[in-house]
Amino acid sequence: MLNTMAGATSLFRKKGEVAPPRKKLKVPRLFIFLCLAPWLFGIIFFTAYPMISSFYQSFTRYNIIDKPVFIGLDNYERMFFEDDDFMKALKNTIWISVISIPLRICFAIFAAWLLTRPKRGRNIYRTIFFLPSMVPAVAATIVFTYVFNPVYGPINKGLEFVGINNPPYWFLDPNWSKWALIILGLWGIGDTMIIFLAGLLDVPKSLYEAAELEGASGFQSFRFITLPLLTPVIFFSGVTGVIGSFQYFTQAFVASGQVNDYSKAMYFYATHIYQTAFKAYEMGYASALAWFLLLITMLCTLVILKTQKRWVHYPNGSLFK
Amino acid sequence: MSQFTDEKLKQIDREAVILKRKKKSKDFLQTVGDHSALITMSVIFAFPLFMVFIISLMSAGQAETRSFWPKPFVWHNYIEVFTTVPFLKWTLNTMFVSVMGTIGVVISSVPAAYVLSRLQWKGRHTTFLIILGTMMLPGQVTQIPVYIIFAKLGWIPSFLPLIVPAFFGSAFSIFLLRQFFTSIPDEISDAARIDGCSEFKLMMRIVVPLAKPAISAIALFAFLGSWNDFFGPLLYIAENPDLYTLGIGLNAFKGDHHTETSLMMTASVLFMLPVIVIFFFSQKVFIEGVTLTGVKG
Repeated sequence: MLNTMAGATSLFRKKGEVAPPRKKLKVPRLFIFLCLAPWLFGIIFFTAYPMISSFYQSFTRYNIIDKPVFIGLDNYERMFFEDDDFMKALKNTIWISVISIPLRICFAIFAAWLLTRPKRGRNIYRTIFFLPSMVPAVAATIVFTYVFNPVYGPINKGLEFVGINNPPYWFLDPNWSKWALIILGLWGIGDTMIIFLAGLLDVPKSLYEAAELEGASGFQSFRFITLPLLTPVIFFSGVTGVIGSFQYFTQAFVASGQVNDYSKAMYFYATHIYQTAFKAYEMGYASALAWFLLLITMLCTLVILKTQKRWVHYPNGSLFK
Repeated sequence: MSQFTDEKLKQIDREAVILKRKKKSKDFLQTVGDHSALITMSVIFAFPLFMVFIISLMSAGQAETRSFWPKPFVWHNYIEVFTTVPFLKWTLNTMFVSVMGTIGVVISSVPAAYVLSRLQWKGRHTTFLIILGTMMLPGQVTQIPVYIIFAKLGWIPSFLPLIVPAFFGSAFSIFLLRQFFTSIPDEISDAARIDGCSEFKLMMRIVVPLAKPAISAIALFAFLGSWNDFFGPLLYIAENPDLYTLGIGLNAFKGDHHTETSLMMTASVLFMLPVIVIFFFSQKVFIEGVTLTGVKG
């Protein structure tokens, strides 16, 4: 039997001859170049050149109309020593990151965990939970400024109904407006939740069964099985959360326009860059702000990347292999 | 043997039934608990959307009282919003920008993803890493010089700065498509190549049809990304009311019409409606897309 098989393969070859190497197909260089040309053009003119240009401009005074004037590190000095708005924006941004990133992760895990529970109807609930994250940011913000309106909004009406006599003024109160923005963010948790849901559904059921046989409580199996297996997702949300909060713009901008935010409680880093560049046309200083943003983003990402070994558990090696 | 009298057997049976019932009632309680928690959460998530719809049907005066139910139902708001503000124009502008942008993203990203996934060449991995890197780059760093380029070209205000960049590929779409293209078996292409099929034909006739789900996914993400975009239009068209998109128009609503709350809610409902309808018809695409890349749009 074996002999006949071997005979069949060597039918066209002499004994002892090695199979000839498969004919290599020519690499179609021109085709590859043409396919990548649009992207290549884009990366040169919309990414590489702008990065170099804004790095240079961050050392200049520049208002588009006149030629940029080199002023050394003045822009960077101004940031830290002369610009109160910068400090305010930075403080607000750090405040909202520190509060909202952990809160978002916890809430997303909780919502995703709830979705793993039912035997029936999961898709309907998932649709409802996910839907708000699809709503255009401008519309969502306008809706929330109405719902949280202290005079005629339903939220405060409800709070008074359950016996809270002095409900907060939300968007109208500088001490509460950031909380209103955080709630608006939590409402649109859908996409983060979906990632956690995928992570939760990946946990093998046998692990939970084994834990139950060993007499582990529900909390213990969450703490020692679910949580370690979710750490890569938590890590990912942490990194994107930091990057996202320094670019947080639309909701804060629309909300402060709706309620006239004179105290600048909703003035964030991205708002400051926008005002400096496109309202005051101080392109040089705005470029310095943008480069400082890049630096912070890279630093935060690096810190999270460096410390991940301590607390991130990858089932099949690293994400970044 | 004599231990297992009829009496004893019956007792064991009874106990088993009780245990089963206990487990059943425990399961039942758990199901009730789960569903009530889920329903509560659903109500919370749906509440703002429900409210905006309710208020959109109130009269201008009633919207600024504490009432909960339209009295009477002012369906007329949905006509009035087209006459008090140029809502139709805003919609058409948004539609134009979104459709053109989507076309741009698709025709520039498909070929790039194709050569990155289906062909072996030097520099392929480096190119892919650069694409991943640009996905993480904060937009603000490039925003200012890009704005200056468009200003010098005399393209502000116009739709061009919102549309043209889409034709130069989007890192997110290239990444998503590449992941999908990689999963198509190489044997199919090899067979076609040996038969003398050109790469272009191979891409258009074999890979693109097989990757229809992924391509429609990136098209959807691109469409919604530009439908929901606020920052781009704010920079490039906010100076000219004729070019307003829905987002900019809605935001400017307040200044123009000392906040007619009910009409503003009507406009918000109409702005959200296409997104919600698209979502209901293509939920799976979104959920898979988000799960695969961790990003939306």
